[in-house]
Amino acid sequence: MSVSRRHFLQTAAATAGAAAFGAPAFAEDAILVGSLHDLSGGLDIYGKPMVDVLTFAIEEANAGGGLLGRQVKLINYDTQSNMQLYTQFAQQAALKDKVAVVHGGITSASREVIRPVLDKFKTLYFYNTQYEGGVCDRNQFDTGVTPAQTVEKLVPYAMKKWGKKVYVVAADYNYGQITSQWVKKYATENGGEVAAIDFFPLDVTNFASTISKIQAAKPDFVWSALVGGAHISFYRQWAAAGMAKSIPMASTTFGVGNEQIVLNPDECNGMLVCYNYFQGVKNPANTAFLERFHKRFGADYPNVTELAMGTYQGFQLWADAVKKAGSADRLKVIDALETGISIDAPSGKVTIDPPTHHCILDVHIAEVKDRKFDLLEDFPQQKPADTAAVCDLKKNPNDNQQYIIKF
Amino acid sequence: MTARASSLAGIAVVLAIGLAVLVLTPRLFELDVVLNVTVYMIMAVLALSLGLIWGFGGILCFGQSAFFGLGAYTYAIAVMNMGESTLPLVLSVVVPAVFAALLGYFIFYGRISDVYLGVITLTVTLILFNSVNSTAGPEFHIGSARLGGFNGIPGIPALNVPFFKDWQVDLEGMFYLATASLLLVYVALRALLASRFGRVIVAIRENEGRAQLLGYDPRVYKLATFVIGAAIAGYAGCLFANWGNFVSPTIFGLAQSAQIIIWVIVGGRGTLVGPIVGCIGIQWLTAALGANAPSETAGWAALVGNVPLILGAILIGFVLLVPKGILPTLGDLAAQLTPRRAKAAR
Amino acid sequence: MDLVALLAIQVLYAIASLALISVGLAIIFGMMKVINLAHGEFLMLGGYAAIEANRYGINIWIAMLVVAPLVVGAIGAIVERTIIRWLYGRMIDTMLATWGLSLFLVGLTTAVFGNTTVGLSAPLGSFEIGSYRVSAYTLFVIAVAFVTLGGVLAMLRFTRLGLVARGAMQNANMAAALGVNPNRVYSVTFAAGAALTGLAGGVLAPVSGVFPTIGVAYVAKSFITVIGGGAAIVTGTATASALFGAVNQLATYATTPVFGEVALLAAAIVLIRLLPQGITGRFFRRSL
Repeated sequence: MSVSRRHFLQTAAATAGAAAFGAPAFAEDAILVGSLHDLSGGLDIYGKPMVDVLTFAIEEANAGGGLLGRQVKLINYDTQSNMQLYTQFAQQAALKDKVAVVHGGITSASREVIRPVLDKFKTLYFYNTQYEGGVCDRNQFDTGVTPAQTVEKLVPYAMKKWGKKVYVVAADYNYGQITSQWVKKYATENGGEVAAIDFFPLDVTNFASTISKIQAAKPDFVWSALVGGAHISFYRQWAAAGMAKSIPMASTTFGVGNEQIVLNPDECNGMLVCYNYFQGVKNPANTAFLERFHKRFGADYPNVTELAMGTYQGFQLWADAVKKAGSADRLKVIDALETGISIDAPSGKVTIDPPTHHCILDVHIAEVKDRKFDLLEDFPQQKPADTAAVCDLKKNPNDNQQYIIKF
Repeated sequence: MTARASSLAGIAVVLAIGLAVLVLTPRLFELDVVLNVTVYMIMAVLALSLGLIWGFGGILCFGQSAFFGLGAYTYAIAVMNMGESTLPLVLSVVVPAVFAALLGYFIFYGRISDVYLGVITLTVTLILFNSVNSTAGPEFHIGSARLGGFNGIPGIPALNVPFFKDWQVDLEGMFYLATASLLLVYVALRALLASRFGRVIVAIRENEGRAQLLGYDPRVYKLATFVIGAAIAGYAGCLFANWGNFVSPTIFGLAQSAQIIIWVIVGGRGTLVGPIVGCIGIQWLTAALGANAPSETAGWAALVGNVPLILGAILIGFVLLVPKGILPTLGDLAAQLTPRRAKAAR
Repeated sequence: MDLVALLAIQVLYAIASLALISVGLAIIFGMMKVINLAHGEFLMLGGYAAIEANRYGINIWIAMLVVAPLVVGAIGAIVERTIIRWLYGRMIDTMLATWGLSLFLVGLTTAVFGNTTVGLSAPLGSFEIGSYRVSAYTLFVIAVAFVTLGGVLAMLRFTRLGLVARGAMQNANMAAALGVNPNRVYSVTFAAGAALTGLAGGVLAPVSGVFPTIGVAYVAKSFITVIGGGAAIVTGTATASALFGAVNQLATYATTPVFGEVALLAAAIVLIRLLPQGITGRFFRRSL
């Protein structure tokens, strides 16, 4: 009896679910989308908003009749900030679930773990995080911004505003190391200088001696490429020492983990950042997106982050390519994406750059103000020039590596 | 049944199950299951290494991950420089063993024991973690292998058949290698424990002073046990680097160290099958919880899909309900049931 | 000269924060031989308690100095009743249980508070030493550490509770025979240790971020400090913190935070090799 009751409940729930999405398709026909994000452990501050948005994008697609008349189904893996699980779940998504595409990976480390697995098992891969650039792999598409798109704009802007001498503090891993080299390059090119670059592993919480070193160096501004929960202590201790008022700060990482909400306004107001997406971007697509999103997740949803929007746009690019290809087959979808597919996304127009598989998109410089960002200047349609310098998948479709860009 | 016969029967049962897994898994299951089982087997080898030195040697090593990580990093660096995997494989066992010999000499001849030993080993693995974690810059490389800091070393070449560079071990081959390694390590440890050496280390665990009065030098025996355990852990590290073609500093971290201890406690100390069962059980549970994550991250779903919450609750419940660990508890149950059944038969 | 003064403050602060995060663990470990792997999460909860209390309009000083220890002390009492009590004398099992507890608390906190929590910023402003500016809150943390250690010392030495606790610590059976209920002593001890940990978490909340997984950053360090200090709770914590904190901060200043951390860990290894029972196993033997 209990078995049949449970069965009844399952059927009822499935029917109700299908009815809610307004589409009669069966789950068996669904196109599967794999999600590999950290929903627990230290990186969940980044992962949760990404999965929320991916869930939202799929619900939207299904409400509009699905893709190619088929429902889209999310297979959601929580990688728990654990590299071993990234490998395991990438294998499962490719071999067991046979998903049409995997969206996921947050740190460069996790991307380099799953990229070879998905290459080996021929599963399309979207990496939607801003990162250091240089990945060249026909099976992978990168929808996040790279240093040539953001650092190149923000360095001269900050130098013009504050002065020529910059002190860099960066997280001690790939992204921080490479980004700080870009900062140095652009600072020198614009006639400025880098006083020093200090690196901090992701678990450092005591920044007292760094702060006094910065005070001794007397830079015109500080560049932060700090990442993660522990590094929030830097901003806090910086402000506590009374420095937030006297030496300004610029960053291409601040805000990605909603630091502007965690910190108080007087600790970070006036800081300059540069990204592809801010909630305050003015265009009809964004207004409509925010209205729908807040309806689904509540008006008090903290903030749609840069990484979340990257994920949303990654899904839309993929979905458009599926429609264009008339199939979810990997090679057909790659071909469709390589025609330079373009969408009107909330952040503005986003176009796949066929030779690099990265995106051409708008970036904006904004200022932190009272837990929000005030947009200051727009730079439309920036190309991924850094990766383009080393990677041409049109010429070498079999190229498969992450270049370290020399300059 | 005499003790000897029952112990032989035990080994036979374990071997039979092991061989069945070895032969049947690739035939019955898809490749993804085979790949998952591979990593469980590798981790079980690691669990056995601590099962030996803690469960039988009485050495509470809080830093077994140091040897595991050293093995993985040694293999990765060596194979990327040499291109052929025979010597790197040997090195991945020898380097952790030598490291353990030096560390063990420092510890055991310094008469450090108990929780103080735990802290020293924990500290050592944290030093390794911090050091390797800060090698992200391009200036940190050994030969042609960049250490990569937090990002680790991706794209590690797979093992090849010794001395034949072009015969690389494929995915299924890796499964056979890992499973066979586990069985071999298990049998070898059973043999070791049945030997005079094994009886002496257990005697030292039970009562160090008495063993010493009987003429055994506990320092020598503990050191030897420690080194054997480290060598096994290093070998597991080499296999792990092969399985994911990847190694990163979290392998030295606190979470990894604690994990190994948890496997042994859950499975049962003082047994060899226990750590294997505990390791596979916990690994499976962690992966299963993460694989069924609901996409809703608000409200009640946040509780249901919350991996640490559920895993934590299970561990607490486990300590309170199954205090001795899985294997010893099963043993007790069996012992309780057998005579009753025998009576009933009469 | 400015630099010397600045460095002195930073070293004192490093020592004070180490002592603060360790003293609760020292009490629990020293009296009960329980290795509490959820110690880092107790600190984290102290931070959340202070933040939440402040959000509901309670004065920030009361939130940090009163609410945080009370809340975490209460949580400690509940944990002792429901979990630890069943595991006395089984050190290894308590390790597993508290590891599970640590995961559980991280999960629960994430579920309740999410992972974007508005933090507390440090009150008190800053002051100048020559050309350097230092947060005045740093001095407050140093003061709290001194008062806390002094308070625990006075409690152990001069109150009846302290006498009973010392007796139970030295010889539990004898204490029981003299009419002390060891279970009561243990509950009070565990709750007190948890409360002090909550205090540390509250006081340190404005210095660092507060988020569910921050505990990991603290637990190993406090554990090493407690073991390095040896059997005496106050003297051990104070001496080990002084040694490790000074080594850490000076090495950090001379090189980088990573080497500072490595220097601390290396100092711990050398210390335990030279003094296998911790500092108070050899020196200050009759101290508390």
